[in-house]
Amino acid sequence: MTPPDGTPSGGTPSNGRGAGGGAFDENGAAANGAGELVGGGGNGVRPGRRHDAFGAGGTGDTSGFGRLVAPAPVLAASERPFGDPDADAVYDALERVFPQLGDAVERAVVDRGELTLHVRREGLPALAQTLRDDPGLRFELLSSLSGVDYPDDVTGRRLHSVVHLTSMTYRRRLRLEVSVADADPTVPSLTSVWPTADWHEREAYDLFGIVYTGHPGLTRIMMPDDWIGHPQRKDYPLGGIPVDYKGATVPPPDERRSYS
Amino acid sequence: MTPSTSAPHTSTSHPTDGSHPTDGTHPTDGTHPTDGTSQPTDAPPAYEAGFTESASGRVYTVTGGDWEEILGAGEQDAERIVVNMGPQHPSTHGVLRLVLEIEGETVTETRLVIGYLHTGIEKSCEYRTWTQAVTFLTRADYLSPLYNEAAYCLSVEKLLGITDDIPERATVIRVLVMELQRIASHLVWLATGGMELGATTAMIFGFREREKVLDLLELITGLRMNHAFIRPGGLAQDLPDGTERAIREFLADMPGRIREYHRLLTGQPIWKARMVDVNVLDAAGCIALGVTGPVLRAAGLPWDLRKTMPYCGYETYEFDVPTALEADSFARYLVRLEEMGESLKIIEQCLDRLRPGPVMVADKKIAWPAQLSIGADGMGNSLAYIRSIMGTSMEALIHHFKLVTEGFRVPPGQVYTQIESPRGELGYHVVSDGGTRPFRVHVRDPSFVNLQAVPALTEGGQVADVIVGVASVDPVLGGVDR
Repeated sequence: MTPPDGTPSGGTPSNGRGAGGGAFDENGAAANGAGELVGGGGNGVRPGRRHDAFGAGGTGDTSGFGRLVAPAPVLAASERPFGDPDADAVYDALERVFPQLGDAVERAVVDRGELTLHVRREGLPALAQTLRDDPGLRFELLSSLSGVDYPDDVTGRRLHSVVHLTSMTYRRRLRLEVSVADADPTVPSLTSVWPTADWHEREAYDLFGIVYTGHPGLTRIMMPDDWIGHPQRKDYPLGGIPVDYKGATVPPPDERRSYS
Repeated sequence: MTPSTSAPHTSTSHPTDGSHPTDGTHPTDGTHPTDGTSQPTDAPPAYEAGFTESASGRVYTVTGGDWEEILGAGEQDAERIVVNMGPQHPSTHGVLRLVLEIEGETVTETRLVIGYLHTGIEKSCEYRTWTQAVTFLTRADYLSPLYNEAAYCLSVEKLLGITDDIPERATVIRVLVMELQRIASHLVWLATGGMELGATTAMIFGFREREKVLDLLELITGLRMNHAFIRPGGLAQDLPDGTERAIREFLADMPGRIREYHRLLTGQPIWKARMVDVNVLDAAGCIALGVTGPVLRAAGLPWDLRKTMPYCGYETYEFDVPTALEADSFARYLVRLEEMGESLKIIEQCLDRLRPGPVMVADKKIAWPAQLSIGADGMGNSLAYIRSIMGTSMEALIHHFKLVTEGFRVPPGQVYTQIESPRGELGYHVVSDGGTRPFRVHVRDPSFVNLQAVPALTEGGQVADVIVGVASVDPVLGGVDR
């Protein structure tokens, strides 16, 4: 898509809509300029990835900033003790009653006062059962389960299934995060431990394509049954049409200039 | 097509092995034959709709099936009837579909179908700045928009690390408008729930007082619903003149109105006959199914995040958490009525606490720069402010432009914030990659989770009690489907 002389081409659909759209359209042109570095198809912009520092693509930028592609940052594992009383208490209790903790948990991150356990999927069911039943932990309530798509996950496991637990007894919160690759997107279902996970998991399956093994009826919940694709993945287009307004053309939101 | 490791049930649903688009094309492009009559070559499900291409685009043809084909003819009990309720039934609070299997008048199985109002709010937020996302999220649960805004803004503020820098006045006004909205939301529940049971006077009463609350919110935020009033860092605007007087008038009026509801409904034989001992779900069942809010408190557990995990300074307010032990629909009604009274107490304390001061965080790199005022054509930037940035300070103009178009950057990380909405725990899971747009916003909507309890509430009961059961959960489909 990039001409031999390296000048940005105007070949994206959004650039072909006449002069009115030009003011909003530099994103597409910027992507063409950085085509070889970014890779991928389409107009070269990879959603979920920060493309340059200033959003100044397509402007004859010679600073090099337009070619910087930063992957989404990953928070490093935290050192014990965490320094957060709730997080330390949860981890201490887990160490006491769950001997396989080192195998089940890849790393623990304490950030902004919230403890995240990055869990290997093989260890999830036993860990979940312990978290719910142990008298020192008592995470009775599964508050939320949501998918997150990190296309640039350094481990290659882009689909994350994130569970938020609440201990009503101790008034603590805990986050479990399981990451799986697109090629093998299976995660053990938590419905047998917390029945409320049912619809949450159906939603994560529907919108992200995470397959929860052991779920009693993993079907689409938001999208129609015959929908193809998983709409909240980062590489799924937002959709939308350009709008003419007072002589100018406003492109759809995902084709407008982006600053991050 | 389906991976062998997947759950058995997925064999009837869609392939997960990479059929999603990766090249930016429309998902359905190129996967169907264009004549619509033959089956596509890559073995799609048999129920896929056929279509034809026409001058105005693709036209789908959907034909229904027979229950006999699906269930198998002759082998079913003759008494077994499947009733479809919704998605356009007036008593389903929007576009909720219930599929009931009944024997005589008894419901043997209830299944809920949602998604008719799925608008992709979470996805849309990823294409807007952190501040603009408020305008989307306020439309999720449209009967408690200020709770959506508050929970999201608390999440963003936690990500930014400015939770302690939010001005006191902004926090007090947040609590004030949230509690006003709790009353409005419970009144809509009373009105719609009452109408579903045939108590039209309850409907008239509920909407009458809700209109007063909406008038107050319109006075404060400029809009009756979908306010976008709470913003990351504080509020869009300060309270206008005369707000306190208007709210005090409402506070004086409302306790009498609540007594009126009690006189009308609490002892009324028909109301009680429809609700007492109907749709019982105990506390253990509630927690297993994730049910929170008035439904859980009516089962005896005083779990109210304002008390148990306080936010916005709720630990400094005097109020009680109403509970009941019966765990039936009538207990939920009583809990909601009492909660309105407790909200009135909190609003009064908010008014007493209001001190002059800023309503937006002092950090100029985050605070929304515009000064709004009411002009001849509605609300907009004040002329004095425009004059100052356009005429006197180039830097102020650049600053305004950068912050409004590009927005502020939020340090990478993820947070989960939960607040007590009128329907229960409203949680926001917000992820940032360090950019000017949310990387992911997930709304843990209480209606979505609480609706899962409807089969447990209704199976084994009468068909007429299904209506009561759905109403007693108080789902708002805008929040369920998002």
